[in-house]
Amino acid sequence: MEYFKLNIKEANALLQNKDITVKELTESVFQRIEVVEKTVNAFVTVTTDKAFEMVEELPPYQSSNLFGIPMAIKDNMCTRGIKTTCSSKILANFIPPYESTVTDKLMKSGYILTGKANMDEFAMGSSTENSGFFTTKNPWDTERAPGGSSGGSAAAVCADECIAALGSDTGGSIRQPASFCGVVGLKPTYGRVSRFGLVAFASSLDQIGPITKTVEDSAILLNLISGHDPLDSTSATVNVPDFTSCIGKDIKGLRVGIPSEYFIDGMDSQVEQSVKAAISHIESLGAQIVEISLPHTGYAVATYYILATSEASSNLARFDGIKYGLRVPADDLIDTYMTSRAAGFGTEVKRRIMLGTYALSSGYYDAYYKKAQQVRTLIKHDFDRSFEKVDIIATPTAPTTAFKIGEKVNDPLQMYLSDIFTISVNLAGVPAISLPCGFDQKGLPIGLQLIGKAFDEETILKAAYAYEASTPHHTRRPTL
Amino acid sequence: MKKYEAVIGLEIHAQMLTKTKMFCGCSTRFGSEPNSQTCPVCIGMPGVLPVINKKAVEFTVRAGLALGCKISPYNRFARKNYFYPDLPKGYQISQYELPICLGGVVVLNMENGQSTIELTRIHMEEDAGKNIHEGMKDFSCVDLNRAGVPLMEIVTEPQIRSPKEASAFMKKLRSVLRYLEVCDGNMEEGSLRCDANVSLRPIGSSELGVKAEIKNINSFRFVEKAIEYEIWRQEEVLKEGGRVIQETRLYNTSTGTTESMRSKEEAHDYRYFPEPDLVPIVVSDTMLKEVKATIVELPDEKVGRYVNSFGLPLYDAELLSQEKSIAHWFEDAVNKGGNPKAVSNWMMGELMRLLNETSTRIEDCKVTPEHLIGLIKLVDSGAINVKIGKTVFEEMFNSGEQAEKIVKSKGLLQISNEGELDSVIDGILKQYSSEVERFKAGEVKLTGFFVGEVMKQTKGKANPKLVNEILKKKLV
Ligand SMILES: [Zn+2]
Repeated sequence: MEYFKLNIKEANALLQNKDITVKELTESVFQRIEVVEKTVNAFVTVTTDKAFEMVEELPPYQSSNLFGIPMAIKDNMCTRGIKTTCSSKILANFIPPYESTVTDKLMKSGYILTGKANMDEFAMGSSTENSGFFTTKNPWDTERAPGGSSGGSAAAVCADECIAALGSDTGGSIRQPASFCGVVGLKPTYGRVSRFGLVAFASSLDQIGPITKTVEDSAILLNLISGHDPLDSTSATVNVPDFTSCIGKDIKGLRVGIPSEYFIDGMDSQVEQSVKAAISHIESLGAQIVEISLPHTGYAVATYYILATSEASSNLARFDGIKYGLRVPADDLIDTYMTSRAAGFGTEVKRRIMLGTYALSSGYYDAYYKKAQQVRTLIKHDFDRSFEKVDIIATPTAPTTAFKIGEKVNDPLQMYLSDIFTISVNLAGVPAISLPCGFDQKGLPIGLQLIGKAFDEETILKAAYAYEASTPHHTRRPTL
Repeated sequence: MKKYEAVIGLEIHAQMLTKTKMFCGCSTRFGSEPNSQTCPVCIGMPGVLPVINKKAVEFTVRAGLALGCKISPYNRFARKNYFYPDLPKGYQISQYELPICLGGVVVLNMENGQSTIELTRIHMEEDAGKNIHEGMKDFSCVDLNRAGVPLMEIVTEPQIRSPKEASAFMKKLRSVLRYLEVCDGNMEEGSLRCDANVSLRPIGSSELGVKAEIKNINSFRFVEKAIEYEIWRQEEVLKEGGRVIQETRLYNTSTGTTESMRSKEEAHDYRYFPEPDLVPIVVSDTMLKEVKATIVELPDEKVGRYVNSFGLPLYDAELLSQEKSIAHWFEDAVNKGGNPKAVSNWMMGELMRLLNETSTRIEDCKVTPEHLIGLIKLVDSGAINVKIGKTVFEEMFNSGEQAEKIVKSKGLLQISNEGELDSVIDGILKQYSSEVERFKAGEVKLTGFFVGEVMKQTKGKANPKLVNEILKKKLV
């Protein structure tokens, strides 16, 4: 049977009922990988041996939703003894001697690692075209990008090369690929999930989250990866509720804000129609639709590209060819730095390091970095004010459906704009989920984004589930 | 006549005496096998995160309170970005805009009176590792044991006016930090390092001249020497009509000169920005109270007490209070009944000399305050004289025996028996009859000669007072 098609909840039920074994499920997933991976290219490393080792080492029984569930992990989360490359040549052979907190938690819950998923190098990009190795294909149309930067994770879930996956989201890197691939992607509140072991792109924005086939799976995974971590001072010391408990609750009276700034000229009309239809559907489920304004939305992309690149320019300084990773020998120290970094980093990474270095330079700091921090506060206030009036905010996840590979790669600004609807959420630190809400005429999935208050993932999960349970979009799968 | 006055500011790096590093659990022990005290965090592996060592914050607050700083209730770390192999992350976690301590003051007792040196700030940061070039052929090695060790950077206002004052400042600061047990002050091992900003200006001017920064001075002597040289160098430049340029210089200990390292144009742009991996540190009133309670009596207060209550001269009071262990020894002896002045005299003289000569720490010294009190009693009672007392002290120092026992076993009791001394003196006066004649003719200073002879014959044990009295009687 095609067990690989199962989601976490279904697979868990079959496993708990002893209808299938972990080994059978894992074998099924690897058979699927065998068939489709050469088309999809979702993984930097397929960890077949490791997976079956993990199967062998599992206890005979564990009362965990994730027990024996094969998962893909974005290749910027450190896995002990398993190559972790960030899809960068500079880390092409890097094997961490430590485990990230999230994968450690998954391991304790009994997950099976199917592979390390491809991404834009150091999570910088929106299509996986910036991967230092290869581009992942969108399973709905292999001429098209799966989105990014967690494109490998989203494509792997979409193509059933795993039951679920983890991605990371700095400016939309979970939600935009989830939207492009027709799966569910959740970016939790900043601080909800530990970043320990996540190779940093922009520390104040990065957040790990689930990419799944259903909303409920998202809640299941969020339960397992959330919580304060003594190894990450920025992880919040707030209570972690049971995120699955809100699944199936009705959304009568839920106040849903629709920001006018998110329905703009130049956005794909089919995306607009589908998202508006989805909002009407949510209204029909008893929610109350409220027009709102997030007036500083227009500054979000610029603000983001100053703050994220500033942090990145510093975060990526450690890749200097001295201690680990690629070293290209040269005559002296400075030349070794330069040749190693020149050969190890791709164009987009270099571009962002330069942008960030510039923004932090003395004489420019106040005009760029400091100003951007101030605007970030204004953007956060926009959300604070809106959430006095509404419980969640609904928007499109991305202005278009999946674009063609190569279409935007030479136009970084166009590429940056594909995150225009997701970036503000990271700047504000609030949670948001993307879920399928229709298809365009080419048969490409469209994503609906629901944004919640800080540490209120429950409400967006509840609303997302209510929508998903009463619509068929999530059941559609690409033919590969 | 002097045309210029020196304007000196110091930046001191003090390694904190925490057991573990600033942002990870690695040991801070000095002198271990290279790279044996490292982990993914302090060697800057991808994906790892720093976690603040609360002890380091506490230590800095303690130092700040003791030095009269204002403690910022809300402060945060910043990244200082630059590439160097001993800096594994490519940035140092430091503090920039919001340091934990602002202001503060150190008072120095100089020969020509007190000088007050104000502090600009104290902030926390992590140390870098160490590049090792010696013994390598065409490569260098890096030891990251020191990377991430917590440092306090203490910055003074440019209020120091002489090399002597600079070294006095360092000594005072070291003393305070050691009292507070936040830094061991060991300059040879690099746990206390100093950079000096030196500039000259015409006497009477209030403007600051162009400064040169002298890096990494690692002894009190070098603080003085390096600044002395730098002042001389800048004077020469100005005398010849030249201009001092803003630059970083290194002190060369073998030539005693400072050498240019890099000019202002080559200076780094550190691109400071708030450290996003750490949340701001909030110093609560409760914490302030708790830390305040851990602050012991400091050298300045001790000096005041020693001078005012014990009547010690300022110089003695300063010397005895410089090290907490010495001060404790002194106070212990006084508390156990020792006369402060007598205890001080013995400590400043014999004890310090012997400790220095044998490089012994007072904690390991075999002489206890009780032993010293015993010795002082013997001298006061006339049982032995001061000179014999010194011999006895040395014996106490070497053997750890009590004074009384030494005096007994070596037969050192003072001869205070008049009859015994009488016959000794009679013999001497007979032997040196010509000297007696000269004395009687008015050569009074010969008294010393006679006393000396008596001492010689009695192996120093004669009671000098008694000898004088008898001599006076017999020579009339
Ligand atoms: Zn460490």
